Amino acid sequence: MSDDTDDHVYLSLAEGHDDGDSRWAFGTGFEDPLHGVDTSVPDGVDPAEVAAVCLALGDDALVSAQRLAQWCTRAPELEEEVALANIGLDLLGQARLLYARCGQVDGSGRGEDAYAYTRDAADFRNVRLAELPDTDFAFCVVRLLVLSSWRLALFGRLALAADPVLAAVAAKGVAELAYHRQYAADWALRLGDGTEESHRRMRAALAEVAPYLDEVLEAEPPFAVRADQAGPSGDARHTGDADAVRRETLDVLGQVLSAAGLDLPAVPALPGSGRRGEHTGHLAPLLAELQSVARAHPEATW
Amino acid sequence: MVTAPSLHTARRVAAEVPDPELPMLTLADLGVLRDVRLASDGTVVASLTPTYSGCPAMAEMRADVAARLRGAGFAKVEIRTVLDPPWSTDLITAHGRRTLREYGIAPPGPAPRRTPGPVPLVLGAPRLAVGCPRCGSADTEETSRFSATACKSLWRCRACREPFEHVKEL
Repeated sequence: MSDDTDDHVYLSLAEGHDDGDSRWAFGTGFEDPLHGVDTSVPDGVDPAEVAAVCLALGDDALVSAQRLAQWCTRAPELEEEVALANIGLDLLGQARLLYARCGQVDGSGRGEDAYAYTRDAADFRNVRLAELPDTDFAFCVVRLLVLSSWRLALFGRLALAADPVLAAVAAKGVAELAYHRQYAADWALRLGDGTEESHRRMRAALAEVAPYLDEVLEAEPPFAVRADQAGPSGDARHTGDADAVRRETLDVLGQVLSAAGLDLPAVPALPGSGRRGEHTGHLAPLLAELQSVARAHPEATW
Repeated sequence: MVTAPSLHTARRVAAEVPDPELPMLTLADLGVLRDVRLASDGTVVASLTPTYSGCPAMAEMRADVAARLRGAGFAKVEIRTVLDPPWSTDLITAHGRRTLREYGIAPPGPAPRRTPGPVPLVLGAPRLAVGCPRCGSADTEETSRFSATACKSLWRCRACREPFEHVKEL
């Protein structure tokens, strides 16, 4: 800004906005992250299908962000606390965009807050792994490694989705998720290949996560891809190569764990699925905390 | 006689809006301002692209651009969000990079190339060297991949002993 001196660059931020907007502090009044985006649904795209993908991936992100935020004041080091909060913030941003898109295509016209704050546990479609409470930093690392590896593999393909908004949200998320996966992989190496105690805790975390892995890998919602991305059979569906996301995720997990001197325990998958609304008892208390202010003050704005 | 403010003025006003979290940079420096044009009815249409999905500054940017355009005499202003193609640190201008360094923030190197398909996993490889923005030494180390804002990491210079921030490649 030409009329600001170099020492006072922050002063301009305190200038009032007299345009009658509803913001009362920095970062407030920002419902509708898709403001001014072309929201039409292209021909041949099933809105209900897009809504289901957005809801599932939005719920994974919101619930994960809440668990990550719970590390504030509890992480082993300040740097890790900042890292986990930042990863949570990225996921919260993804959730907001996905919920906003969901409300446009599921016919309800709901805004992002309605999805986050007014639904009960049985209406959530996140995988159960996302909602488990953190028992240990090693558990946080293993869970983040699994969820970020899967989400990164999936978003790489979702970037080719026929729905342009979903594709754009995914393309943006890829760069963020690459940082999340790198963070989790670095810690998995450090702890797995660290002391006897850190190795033991990583093994315990893997044993805790393993029964939920199949649900993550198999719970991939189907979506239509762009016509120019259709397979040789002309099948513009993603369901045909769903295995690719599973393979890529397992490949990444295998690379990290083997470098860390760890194994994925072979255990039977737990029956049930969060994608059908079947959750553990841990989701309802998480949501009660997340939704407490919005439910107590339904007329509040922020 | 008052003449209608021109497209040229609208572009200049929008381009000079400072970023709420890196206010030494303008939205044009940052590559967040994608486009400014005049619609046939005289509405100024400014297009912004968000940096990170969770960036809380997006609403501030929208409001700032709209308020400054109105302040410059444009009665009708419309702000659009552009998601595609996604923002990248490669869009930060040369002027923006110089300004960051002057303010003690190490500018980003080239963003990783995004080709369709799996993002390769790199384990234990040396990180990209980041020069100290204060003394210029290359003898630096990353202390945290994450920082006070989503777009920066924390570093320390082993030569001048000062900590500094680095805008991460995205």
